[in-house]
Amino acid sequence: MNPEVFCFPGLLSARTFRLSHHFPLKPKDPAMSETLTGAQALIRSLEMCGTEVIFGLPGGCILPAYDPLLESPIRHILVRHEQGAGHMAEGYAHVTGRPGVAMVTSGPAATNMVTPLCDAYMDSVPMVCITGQVSRPAIGTDAFQECDTVGITRSVTKHNELVMDPQDIPRIVAEAFHIATTGRPGPVLIDVPKDVLQAAMQWYWPTSIDLPGYRVQTTPDALSVRRAAEMILASERPIIYVGGGVLKARAVEELREFAELCDMFVTTTLMARSAFSDEHRLALGMPGMHGNYTAITSMQRSDLLINLGARFDDRVTGKVNTFAPDAKIIHADIDPAEHGKVRRPDVALVGDCKITITELIRAIRDLRAGGAKEGERTVWKQTISGWQENFPLTYEVSDPGNALKPQFVMEHLRDSAPDNTILVAGVGQHQMWASQYWKFKQPYSWVNSGGLGTMGFCVPAAVGAKVGRPDATVWAVDGDGCFQMTNQELTTAAIERIPIKVAILNNSYLGMVRQWQEMFYEERYSEVYLSPELPDFVKLAEAMGCVGLRVDSPEEVQPAIDKANEINDRPVVVDFRTDESEKVFPMVPAGLSNDDLELAPSQREALARERSKWSR
Amino acid sequence: MAAHHTLVVLVENRFGVLARVTSLISRRGYNIHSLAVAPSVNEQFSKITIVVDAESTPIEQIVKQLHKLINVVEIAELSPSDSVEREMLLATVSAPSERRAEIVELVNIFEGKIVNVGHDEIMVTLADPPDKLDDFEELLRPFGIVDVQRTGRVALPKLSRSVAPLRVVESA
Repeated sequence: MNPEVFCFPGLLSARTFRLSHHFPLKPKDPAMSETLTGAQALIRSLEMCGTEVIFGLPGGCILPAYDPLLESPIRHILVRHEQGAGHMAEGYAHVTGRPGVAMVTSGPAATNMVTPLCDAYMDSVPMVCITGQVSRPAIGTDAFQECDTVGITRSVTKHNELVMDPQDIPRIVAEAFHIATTGRPGPVLIDVPKDVLQAAMQWYWPTSIDLPGYRVQTTPDALSVRRAAEMILASERPIIYVGGGVLKARAVEELREFAELCDMFVTTTLMARSAFSDEHRLALGMPGMHGNYTAITSMQRSDLLINLGARFDDRVTGKVNTFAPDAKIIHADIDPAEHGKVRRPDVALVGDCKITITELIRAIRDLRAGGAKEGERTVWKQTISGWQENFPLTYEVSDPGNALKPQFVMEHLRDSAPDNTILVAGVGQHQMWASQYWKFKQPYSWVNSGGLGTMGFCVPAAVGAKVGRPDATVWAVDGDGCFQMTNQELTTAAIERIPIKVAILNNSYLGMVRQWQEMFYEERYSEVYLSPELPDFVKLAEAMGCVGLRVDSPEEVQPAIDKANEINDRPVVVDFRTDESEKVFPMVPAGLSNDDLELAPSQREALARERSKWSR
Repeated sequence: MAAHHTLVVLVENRFGVLARVTSLISRRGYNIHSLAVAPSVNEQFSKITIVVDAESTPIEQIVKQLHKLINVVEIAELSPSDSVEREMLLATVSAPSERRAEIVELVNIFEGKIVNVGHDEIMVTLADPPDKLDDFEELLRPFGIVDVQRTGRVALPKLSRSVAPLRVVESA
């Protein structure tokens, strides 16, 4: 996917959007003045902003907007629950880079949208959400299906607006797309009262965007870049710590060039999976609470962390004051508020990751041309390959007849997946196994809920991803707990002919909670046991128009995956019945230092030997 | 109040902006000591003067987060030593005729004003630096304060003969 920089259609503003495709629709002639209803203006404005699909569900207050939709080339996907519309918009945005658009009515529909908005806010996903609102005279009277949507969503959106004048609609929509997609992306909500949708307005399209308080610094300060380059060359144990910002900035190619230029190892956080090919010799995989030993420990022992678009999340750092104690920090982020929020950087680079990495590459080349001395890294490289050899990801393969291991399922899914597969996950153990065991090769092939950790994200996000990338195979790996939160969107998928594939790693438990209760609450299992019988996922899938398969033993795994991969006319659900006692390792227990990580039982002796070496 | 920060926040003059600013501050767990809002010279913008406790509030983070609000145009941070601060106090004091002269004298010492007079109460006002208002209120107390209301603090940078005194906290 080549990034393309281009102007907002019809906008003369110098500010530009960077999206993966041109806007697919031809804008109508902006000079033509005509009288439209607010609803017509809203739909036309969405068209002008390049919307090709809306995920939504109509209702009282948004009704007027659904009428002009009948004449619009925009595809509408009718969801079964508004939360589904929000996560679909997110999934769509994750894989395309274009803002996902969701449209729902007022009151309960708006409150159902709060979770996806917060999810998108935490993971910086560009999204525009339109909500209906009661008519202007009824606002504040506790009218039917009224809620203070703008008030409720204020802290979970990058920005939101209540439209009080139909004449403002084109401007506010244009601003919403601009805000959602520039700088640090995020969700923007537009709340439109019903009578504003019904009222007449004179159509226009804004020729510029005037937001005096909205400034985005995309190019980092040159002096800081030079200082960072000097630190990089001088370092002996550098690690590139990549976050989701690299994907948002579409800087995957630049990252590869940068890592190769200085031969530096790369860790990719949960939000950055697929930003750097796992097959690259410099890839260390995922750090953090359930990261692999090498990724975690290399960061702990490094003398320089080059943070590109990551935010020192607590799931990565463990106990903050013991995180990477010897490391100097270079922190590149487009959001200056991330600098010093958790860890004070030695050099802060405010800017877009694509531009920042390009500038770093140039500065390093300049320094090298000037004969700069470089740090000695032979020992470091040997140390890292030693760790990789001694502490790979591992699990105990089950004996024939015994329960199926979820990691075994993930390995087979991975090895049978077509090259263009997009992997989507829910939240919990299955999410960690998915991230650990998958080998990401293509950027934007991983979709998950990182910051908010939203159970129920998987199925609708997979639907959105498949809508955005119909050419790709979309595998949704979900847990039985997560799946039961939002699986009704499989009906949407079946009716709309969106053939996603769902693998349920079904251990009849809220698995991650069970793991914590086993490890930290003396095996006192409280309210984590779901049911091995109910629901019958095969029947549930079939009832929703999907193919349902069930797998109980290891030898059934491959045939079921092959069968699922062959079905392309409807969604498939495979219910893998997995070992309930399997735990995710490695694990850094919450609140402890990354140095205190626990490995799989088979590696514990080797770990003890390794630790005594470092303590000497 | 010993250590505090005064933030002068220039915002777009639109409804809901004050709520955005205050809810952001409370969501991040910071406490507002005082708040004053009024239109600025350019009526397109309003000025919000926020006083926060310096010890409990990481000022850099609060400023950066405020900058992320789309309607926030500019933020200036003023420390007490390089700014002129004012608050206003309105107080209704019990004033029977035998004590009225004492109160009037006190008001005169502080260069305050008597703005309303009742049968056995008077209303006084004073606009001064906050610590002077504290003293005034303390000295009025023995007479019997019936009601008192103080405004939020407003501040402007002290005029200096050298460089620009207003330290604009830079963000993106």
